[in-house]
Amino acid sequence: MMEAEINLKRFLLNELKPKGKIFTVFNVVTLPIIIAGAFLIFYRIFYGLGATTNLSQSFPWGIWIGFDVMTGVAFAGGAYVLTFVVYILNAKKYHLIIRATVLNGFLAYVFYAGAIFLDLGRWWNILNPLIGNHFGVNSVLFLVAWHFLLYMIAEFIEFSPVIAEWLNLQKAKKVLSALTVGTVIFGITLSTLHQSGLGALVMMAKPNIHPLWYTEFIPILFFVSSIFAGLSMVIVESSISHKVFSEQLNEEHKKEVDDIILSLSRACAGALFGYFFLKLLVFIHGKHWVYIFSGMGLWYMVEVIGFVLFPCFLFLNGGRYRNLKVVRVAAVLSMVGIIINRFNYVFIAYKWYLPLSERYFPSISEIVITLAIVFAEIWVFRWIVNRMPVLREST
Amino acid sequence: MHSMDRVIKKRKGIKKSTDIKIGRRDFFRLTGSGVFGFMLCNLFGPKKSQGAEKEFYGVLCDTTRCIGCRACEFACAEANNHPSPDTEDKNIFDKKRDTTVKQWTVVNRYKTRAGDVFVKRQCMHCALPACVSACLVKAMRKREEGPVTWDKNCMGCRLCMFSCPFDIPKFEYESAYPTIEKCSMCWDRIKVGGYPACVMACPQEALLFGTKRDLIEEARTRIYKHPSKYYHYIFGEHEVGGTCWLYLSSVPFEEIGFRTDMGNTPLPEYTTGFLYSVPFVLVLWPLFLLAVNRITKRED
Ligand code: SF4
Ligand code: SF4
Ligand code: SF4
Repeated sequence: MMEAEINLKRFLLNELKPKGKIFTVFNVVTLPIIIAGAFLIFYRIFYGLGATTNLSQSFPWGIWIGFDVMTGVAFAGGAYVLTFVVYILNAKKYHLIIRATVLNGFLAYVFYAGAIFLDLGRWWNILNPLIGNHFGVNSVLFLVAWHFLLYMIAEFIEFSPVIAEWLNLQKAKKVLSALTVGTVIFGITLSTLHQSGLGALVMMAKPNIHPLWYTEFIPILFFVSSIFAGLSMVIVESSISHKVFSEQLNEEHKKEVDDIILSLSRACAGALFGYFFLKLLVFIHGKHWVYIFSGMGLWYMVEVIGFVLFPCFLFLNGGRYRNLKVVRVAAVLSMVGIIINRFNYVFIAYKWYLPLSERYFPSISEIVITLAIVFAEIWVFRWIVNRMPVLREST
Repeated sequence: MHSMDRVIKKRKGIKKSTDIKIGRRDFFRLTGSGVFGFMLCNLFGPKKSQGAEKEFYGVLCDTTRCIGCRACEFACAEANNHPSPDTEDKNIFDKKRDTTVKQWTVVNRYKTRAGDVFVKRQCMHCALPACVSACLVKAMRKREEGPVTWDKNCMGCRLCMFSCPFDIPKFEYESAYPTIEKCSMCWDRIKVGGYPACVMACPQEALLFGTKRDLIEEARTRIYKHPSKYYHYIFGEHEVGGTCWLYLSSVPFEEIGFRTDMGNTPLPEYTTGFLYSVPFVLVLWPLFLLAVNRITKRED
């Protein structure tokens, strides 16, 4: 027993040390940003939101909500979509990338949704909706907050067999693996509700949202868009990690992953088209063409044609001609489209009537902190992939 | 004694079915549709609304009477321990002012075809407030007397600001311990039978305190008696489901800084569709997923 404990300690200490080269371009670029971000976070906590952000009385939400939370959660949607495919539809082929996707989803929630903490003016009250001081049960945000927490736990449970395997705890792994299907069902249900809930969040601001963007279908649009946003993220993430961590994979593995990416690209095309079709219906039903010949109308067309229809077309083509490059471009474009869409709801199409001089533009601190959060997530992701059997075939 | 002209005392026994669409009962019915939907709220919700049937109080602001003396601003500052505004400074009207964290009410001047019109601004105390539905910790609350108040258990998420159609809640950005600030309709006074400080301070009796039912009646009477003096509309009677503060004007309301395009639907209603669907998804979705899981397994 004693010996086992000492061994475990030694093992953990050993694992804490950095692996691989230290002076890579990525490290050299990101480390200073992470450090700067950490300082700015302290600054924000001690001097308030006015000192660090460009938020105003007219624009109470900026990129910390628009990017970190709204977009970050949509990008993390890949986890619920893939767990659906693998554990509910039992499509074994995708099993290869499920661990990395779940890990990425979990970390995205921890880091991006964790950014809510920075944005909360009175962050010391963050536990109030959880401990019942008070339960604002009529609030959409109350639902979203609870779901974030529960979903994080669900994702952690889904990933936990990997941790057990890493620590060589065979019994625990068996127990935890048995929980997977139940947890997946729970997780998908939560995701359906909070992905759409993020959309429902902005709906009370109807008078302040440009009519081209406001529709009673916002929750459904948010849900559908989280499908292709999440899958696009999976495509980008697996493309990158299979290059970076290529030594962990064998040749057969790599071919299979390419195959998976091509299938995902067809799924993305489908989801994007469904999304486009919904938007079109809303457009026609609401007689929205009267708004088209204006600045906002043009901006709307850019979003819908440039970042929905165009990537949809690319995904379709890339999938058909087995062109991975085109698929990757499409994935990046559709992700940019999601960023634009969420920004629209939070501060661009929101109060569109205010003049440019009164509008919100993110401050340098807001951008640096956001980048720091993204990079920190990637660091942790890399740390785990280098140690746990995420990409590697499990033993 | 003097207060008779500023306050409509509640007249007992008069039950009229005026078209005040949303009373307290509806308020609880509508907002009691929350997250756990039927299960939680419809079980416990209705009981709450069976308490004393109080009517919402409000204030009727007759802009045709206001002379822009800003005594209300001064009184509000005094009542809420804010720095006193310099009411002698008339240049202040050159710019449109917004309420701030330290000034819950401001009077603006609008140049219209009917001459200068002064308009007091503050929270409208909506009958079904978006800010209250937004709040996940019930820091924003609709009190049974009508006022919408803020409490310290707030997390500072600012969804109330994001949702308010009148841009009223203000956030203390400059502080590390920020608060949300807005007019409370002097709830601390109203709940013990008192009246809002600004109402009592107005030398012109431009502000009238009473139940919303009585205020509407009074507003209608004024329009009826002086049809050429007033623009025939009571702002706040129906806007976003009705507000406790009501306005009368001599010119169309767009000309004195009001938005008239926000419709009469209470804003929380836009999310009830989603909230109603939550319990269904919570129950049916897992069953469906489980079924699919079983079916695909067998096919293997
Ligand atoms: S005016 Fe705004 S802050 Fe006041 S009650 Fe209505 S929604 Fe709330
Ligand atoms: S900022 Fe405070 S009062 Fe406003 S919705 Fe958030 S928790 Fe509620
Ligand atoms: S009701 Fe009270 S808090 Fe509101 S503006 Fe008047 S004095 Fe100020």
